[in-house]
This record gives sequence, structure tokens and C-alpha cells, in this order.
Amino acid sequence: MSGARILSMGFVGLILLFLAFPIIVVAVVSFSSADYLTFPPPAFGLRWYRAYFGSEDWLVPTFLSLAVAACVVVLSTLLGTLAALGIARLPRALRVVATGLILSPLIVPVIVVAIGIYYAFSRYGLVGTPVGLVLAHTCLAVPFVVTSVSASLAGIDPRLEQAALSLGATPGGTFFQVTLPLIRPGVLVGALFAFITSFDELVVALFLSGTGAVTLPRRMWEDLRFSIDPTIAAVSTLTIVLTAALLGGAHLLRRRAERMRTA
Amino acid sequence: MAQGAPALPVAWNRVMPLLLVAPLLVYMVVFYALPVISMLLRSVSEPTWTLANYAALPRDTVFLNTFWNTLYTAIVVTVGTLLLGYPVALGLVRARRSAPLILIIILLPFWTSILVRSYAWMVLMGRHGLINEALIAGGLIERPWRILNTPLAVQIAMIHILLPYMILPIANALRQIDPSLARAASGLGATPWHTFRQVILPLSMPGVAAGVLLVFVLSLGFYITPAMLGGPRDITLSMLIAQQVDQLNWSYAACLSATLLATALVIIAAAQRLPGIGNAFKMSAR
Repeated sequence: MSGARILSMGFVGLILLFLAFPIIVVAVVSFSSADYLTFPPPAFGLRWYRAYFGSEDWLVPTFLSLAVAACVVVLSTLLGTLAALGIARLPRALRVVATGLILSPLIVPVIVVAIGIYYAFSRYGLVGTPVGLVLAHTCLAVPFVVTSVSASLAGIDPRLEQAALSLGATPGGTFFQVTLPLIRPGVLVGALFAFITSFDELVVALFLSGTGAVTLPRRMWEDLRFSIDPTIAAVSTLTIVLTAALLGGAHLLRRRAERMRTA
Repeated sequence: MAQGAPALPVAWNRVMPLLLVAPLLVYMVVFYALPVISMLLRSVSEPTWTLANYAALPRDTVFLNTFWNTLYTAIVVTVGTLLLGYPVALGLVRARRSAPLILIIILLPFWTSILVRSYAWMVLMGRHGLINEALIAGGLIERPWRILNTPLAVQIAMIHILLPYMILPIANALRQIDPSLARAASGLGATPWHTFRQVILPLSMPGVAAGVLLVFVLSLGFYITPAMLGGPRDITLSMLIAQQVDQLNWSYAACLSATLLATALVIIAAAQRLPGIGNAFKMSAR
């Protein structure tokens, strides 16, 4: 191996360390036994996890975030999958407009979305309610479902559906027996991304949570204003583990889908 | 995409896609487009229809400073992610056995919340954070160095957060380069550096353009990270908008929102017109 190659690999390694390091530090700090934030910790323990699991102040927002994210998954997966099935077959002009509208939350600065929804929802008493959060988070999650399902639809051989129809299957039967099984991995990946989008969302929650519907990120944000004690590190580590587990699941689904396609 | 069933009436084939998309379209109009548009209209409707809010912007020093700070941060972050991201993309594409590990290291932060990552940088950059402790222990400085609550803190954390958005489109473009081109170049006597400079780099430009566009536009809207790590004077446009909403200054907040949104859209539209880049953005969107 040449010197230049070792040098460039070292450089890439350093950047990867830069990417991973902050997250590793948070995970290590969460097992600290110290009263305050210090690194490396003087000793290790589960004290901050006990603080988290023993406190209603943390558990109530956690359950709210999980419940909101679950509702967002159901709503965005249903709406997004149906739309993905139809969108490619729309007339061109309509398709461009529909795609633009549905994908625009990826580009429009989230603060603009957040205050727009806050402005409208405050008139209908939806601020400070879990329903308001579900309705708003679904808008942010839907683009991930539509792109994920569209990608798996694009990979389907159209002859499979045509064969089913010409062999006498009803359109409904074709959908449930042929199309749906083929796009299921794409739907599940979209659902996972929708879950993560809602569960981690903070900017919209800052405006819509009020006092009645405080989500976990909102609770962390409030806590950070007063202290950066290691309870937040424990909460952060738990959310990282949850995210990693979901991403691992998504990866396995993709692999299975690829095997199904090549088989 | 599947053609509809030949047995079905043509009219049904026309209506069916519309029926499938309609629920989501109605949902997005009611809960997203109309709220945002009605909020933006506040910028021109008070007390009567007027463009006074926009006319005042060029002389509004608070706005001008914030706008410049937002643009400047976006430029620094875009350059930073490009310089750090390109080598990683190259490493990712060339790696064999370590490729899955590199991908995990890139993707895990990508899907970790911005709040958690900003918090991680607070832990690292604090007065008694790891960076200061290490610098003091190494004898490089005597007293803690103030990084937290400075523009530098915001820039480092934003580069960290946005790096995957630069790496992934570039890696995507690099992967599509025919490997026989590089072999041909070196077979014809080009040094590795020349092969990179004359073959690989030009062919990867669509990915670079997509990454630059993505990172720049996303940087413009950052709120959480500058609010947590920045100083009281280095506010971004998003933070100014949130402040104005807190003070119920809706027409000004709406005017700032429209300006932020228009800036992002103008940059995307302009980039699409540059030769070669329009295709790049479509490519990365897929």
C-alpha cells in the first residue's frame, strides 16, 4: 500500500470518527455515576437510567411521543401508500403538481411549516392536543412513505400484474395477491421512517405542544434550558438505540426485498 | 408502472389514480398548504393589503444582520461538508469489506435526532467539556476556551449534522462511474492524481452539485442547533421568526417566513437552470 493511500485512509478515518464520536460520548456519559456532566466519567452506573425510568416527568412525555408516532405511522402509511399507487398513473401536469405538494415538506424550512400550522390550528383549538401533533407530524412524515413506496413500485415488473389480470384475477385480487406483497418492504420502510420522523420531531412540537401535549423532544428541550445533567444523556442513548434498532429492521427488510426480486 | 387492466373501462383507468391520490392531496391542502399560505398572507394583509412589510426589509438592520448571518453560516457549512464529505464518499465507494461499517457510521447519525446531536456537541464543547479538558491536559491552553455559544460551535455541529447529506449524493454519483474509464486512464499512463482530476472528479460533479444544493438549502432553515449552541447575538432567520411569533408579531414573522422560503426556492430554481445540475437534483431525488 502506498503512503498516499494510507494517508487518505487515515483522513477518511478521522472524518468518520468526527461523525461517530459525539454519539459515542453521549452513550458513555449516560452511564456516568457523577452528579454533573464530566468526561470521562469517574465511575459507571445506571443512576441516570433509574432517574429516567423513575420519573413521571420523563415517562409521560415518552408515552405521548410513542403514541403520537404510532398514530402518525398509521395515518401517513395509509395515505402515502394509496397516493404512491396512483401518482405515477396521473396525467403529467397533475402528477407534477401532486408530487411537488407531497414532497415539498422536505424542502420548505420546518419553521415555516411549524408556524403556519400553529397559526391555523390555534383557531380550531388543536394547540396543546395530541391530535394536533398527529395531524402536523403526518405532513412531515408522508414524503418518506411516498418516496419509499414509489421506489418499490418502480421495481415491480408490470407483466406480473398483467399476467394476474389476464388469468382472470379481479383488480382487487391482483392488488392484494400480487402488488401488495411485492411492495410490502417499501411500505414497512416508509412506516419506520415515518415513526422516526415523528418521534424525533421538535420544531413543530415547540409550537403545538403547549402545556397539554408535551412530547419527549420538547421535554428534553425544556430540560436543556436549565441544566445539561446526564438524564438527558440517558434519554438520548435510549432514543439512539431505538433508532438503530428500527434502522437495522429497515435494512433487513430491504435485503429480503432484494432477494425476493432476484429470486 | 403497470398499465391498467385491459378488461376495465377506459374511464375507470383515468379516475382510479386520481381516487388513490385524492385523500392525501386533500389532507396536505387542508392541514399543510392552506395553513402555511394563510399564515404567509398575513405579511401583506395588515392593516389593509400592502407590501409595506417587504418594502421595509432593505432598511431593517435586524433582518439584514440575521439574513447575512444565515447565508454566511450556510456557505461555511456547505464548504465544510464538501471538503470533509468528498473524501468519505470516495472512501465509501472504494471500500470493500469495511463498506457496511462506513455506511452505518454515516447513517446512524443521519437518523439520530438533531436535538440529541446538538446536545452531544454541548457536552463536548462546554467549559468543562471534553475538548477543553483535553486541550488543557495536553498543555495547549491554560484556561477553558470558549467554544460553546460562538458561531464556530454552530458551524461545527451543523457540519456534523449535514455531512451525510453531502456524502450520500456524491457516493451515488461516484458509484455510477464506469470503472473501466479509470483503468483506461491509468493504462494510458495517467498518474492516480491525474486520473482523479481529469476523469473521476468531472464525472462526479452532478453528485457534488446535488449535495451542495441540498446542504445549502437545509442550512438556511436551521433552528434547533443555532438556538442551543450559538451566542445570543448570532441568531438565524428561523430563530428570528420564532421570536416574532412568540411576541405575536404575525405580519412581520410571516414576511420573514416568505423571505426565507423564497430564498430557498430561488436557489433551487437557479441551480436547476445551470447546465448539468438540473439532472443532478432529479437524480438525487430518486
